[in-house]
Amino acid sequence: MKETPLSNCERRFLLRAIEEKKRLDGRQTYDYRNIKISFGTDYGCCIVELGKTRVLGQVSCELVSPKLNRATEGILFFNLELSQMAAPAFEPGRQSDLLVKLNRLLERCLRNSKCIDTESLCVVAGEKVWQIRVDLHLLNHDGNIIDAASIAAIVALCHFRRPDVSVQGDEVTLYTPEERDPVPLSIHHMPICVSFAFFQQGTYLLVDPNEREERVMDGLLVIAMNKHREICTIQSSGGIMLLKDQVLRCSKIAGVKVLEITELIQKALENDRKVRKEGGKYGFAESIASQRITAFKMEKAPIDTSDVEEKAEEIIAEAEPPLEVVSNPVLWTPGTAQIGEGVENSWGDLEDSEKEEEDEDGTDEAIILDSIKMDIGVEVSNIGSQDAPIVLSDSEEEEMIILEPDKNPKKIRTQTTSAKQEAPSKKPVRKRKKKRAAN
Amino acid sequence: MAGLELLSDQGYRVDGRRAGELRRIQARMGVFAQADGSAYIEQGNTKALAVVYGPHEIRGSRARALPDRALVNCQYSSATFSTGERKRRPHGDRKSCEMGLQLRQTFEAAILTQLHPRSQIDIYVQVLQADGGTYAACVNAATLAVLDAGVPMRDFVCACSAGFVDSTALADLSHVEEAAGGPQLALALLPASGQIALLEMDARLHEDHLESVLEAAARAARDVHTLLDRVVRQHVREASVLLGD
Repeated sequence: MKETPLSNCERRFLLRAIEEKKRLDGRQTYDYRNIKISFGTDYGCCIVELGKTRVLGQVSCELVSPKLNRATEGILFFNLELSQMAAPAFEPGRQSDLLVKLNRLLERCLRNSKCIDTESLCVVAGEKVWQIRVDLHLLNHDGNIIDAASIAAIVALCHFRRPDVSVQGDEVTLYTPEERDPVPLSIHHMPICVSFAFFQQGTYLLVDPNEREERVMDGLLVIAMNKHREICTIQSSGGIMLLKDQVLRCSKIAGVKVLEITELIQKALENDRKVRKEGGKYGFAESIASQRITAFKMEKAPIDTSDVEEKAEEIIAEAEPPLEVVSNPVLWTPGTAQIGEGVENSWGDLEDSEKEEEDEDGTDEAIILDSIKMDIGVEVSNIGSQDAPIVLSDSEEEEMIILEPDKNPKKIRTQTTSAKQEAPSKKPVRKRKKKRAAN
Repeated sequence: MAGLELLSDQGYRVDGRRAGELRRIQARMGVFAQADGSAYIEQGNTKALAVVYGPHEIRGSRARALPDRALVNCQYSSATFSTGERKRRPHGDRKSCEMGLQLRQTFEAAILTQLHPRSQIDIYVQVLQADGGTYAACVNAATLAVLDAGVPMRDFVCACSAGFVDSTALADLSHVEEAAGGPQLALALLPASGQIALLEMDARLHEDHLESVLEAAARAARDVHTLLDRVVRQHVREASVLLGD
C-alpha cells in the first residue's frame, strides 16, 4: 500500500510547533519516550517498546566451521526485518532502501565496535566455532526504529545463554541445557544508538523523533555510544548539512541519554534474572496486561492541574452563554421526533409540505409531548416547565406509550401552535409519572 | 596484525607518511568521450572511476519524477579484482547498496537539483583498486565527473577518511590502517562553508577525541579541495587551448 502522504497543513503545523519548542506528545526536545523491556521464556528473546515502536529480538546459536581467513573467531549475523504489520507502507520488496540502511547501521554499530568477544566463541580453532544469529523484527512503526532495534539487539545478546561445550583432545562434547547450565556470551560493552532529527536546515533538533516528526524532518544523525562515553558509530543521513559543533553537541547529549538507557537495561536484566532464580513466572504472557494479548496501553501523561480552576473561570467568563436547551422533543409522526433547538427537520415529512412553513423554534413552545418509545429511551420530564432538562436514561422501557396515533400529525401541529398559551398539561402525564418514579 | 606499528615513535606511519599527510592524488577529467561527464582519480593505490549521465529524462516509471527538482541516482560497484581476495559480487550486495545510498545523499545535497525539475542525473562509480579510503575516492571522483558534465553544484564535495592511533589523529587511511581495527571516520565536506554533507564513523572512539579526529578529517578534505581545484583549472585550460581560444 502506498504511504499516505502528509498534508501540507499538518507539515506546517508540526514545523511551527517545533519552532516553538513544542512536541505533539508533550516531550521536551531532548526527552526519550518511555522504554519498556520484557523478556520471553527462552533465553535470548525480548521485546523492546520505545513509546509505541515495538521490536522483537531473538538470538540463536549454531556450531559451524569458521570463515577461512578468521579461523579462531566466531561468526555474528544481524538481521533486521520490517514486518508488514509494522506499517501499511511496508510491503515485501518495497522497503529496500530503508532496510539496507538500517541493517548496515546495526551491523556497523554492533559488529565493528566489537561489543561481543568473538574469540570466546571459538570451540576448535579452524573447525568449529559458534555462529550467533540476532534476528530483529519490527512489530510496530512509530518512529525511530534504529534506537529500538539497537536496544533490542543488545538486550537480547545480554540475555542469551549458549549451551556449554567442553573439548577434550579431539572430542567435542556439547551439553544440553539439562546437563549443564547454559553459559552467557561475553559482552564487552553495550553500544546504544541515539537518533537526532534535524529540522529547518539544521536549526532545530529533536531527540527520538516519532513517526510524524520523521516525516517532516530534513535529516537524521545517529550516534551510537556506550556508557563509557566511547562513540561506536556516527552516521548522518538524509542530506542535511551539519556543522562540526552541532555534531559535538549531539555527542554530548547522546552520552547522557545512553547512560540512562544502559541503567534501565541493567535493571530489566537484573529483574528477569531474579524472577527466574526464584522460580517465579516469567515470559511475555506475564509481562503484558492480562486482559489483552497485544495490549497498547495508553500511558498516563502527567498533566499540571494546579491552575485549572482559574483557567476554567477565565474561559467561562469569556465564552458566550449557551443557547437555551430545548426541553421536549417535538413529535412529527409516530416514531419520529425532534430533540433540541433548531430548524425543523424534514425527515418525518411524509405528508404535505405545508408543514414546512411552520418554523419550529423549540424554545418558545410549550410543546405537549408524550414520551414515545424511542430507541434511546429518552424521557421527557413533563413537569410543566419548558426548561426542564431532558432526562436520558438507558433503561429499556417496557411500557410503550403511543401518542394519539389516530391524530393527524398536521393536526397536532395546529394544536400545538394554538396551544402555545395553554399550560402544558395533557394526558399521559400519569403514565409518565410512573416512569419517572421508576427512574 | 599484532606487532604492526601504525605510528612509529618518530611519527612515521607504515608507508612513511606523517600523521596529517595525504597520499598522492592524481586525477583526470573527461576520460570517456561518450558520457556527459567522467573522471578518474588515484589516491595512493586506491583507484576510482566515475561517470555522470544527465540531466536527462527519467528512465523507468514517470511516477518517480519529482515536480520541483531532479532525481539523483547513484550506483556503486567495486570490481572483483579490486581487493586482495577476489570478490564474488561486484554490486548488489548490502555494502554496495549502502555506498550508493550514501553517495546519493551526498550529491543530492550538493547539486542544485532545483534547476532541473522532473529530470534525472545518474552517477556511476567504479572502484578499480581498493586500498583504503574507497568512499572518499568515490566522492572525489564523482565531484570531478559532475563538474565535467557541467551540472551546477553548490561547491566542490571533498571527502577524506581519518583515524585515531596513539592519541594522534591520522588522515587518509590506507587499507593496512583500516584493517587494524581502530576507529575510522569518513567525512564529506563542502569546503567553502565547512558544511558536512556526510559523516560516518566506525569502531570505538572516546568522545573526547572526536573533535580532534573531525578536525583532522576536515583539514585533509580542504587539502583535497586544493588539489581538485588545480585539476579542474588545468583541464579547463587544456580544453580551451584545444578550442583555440
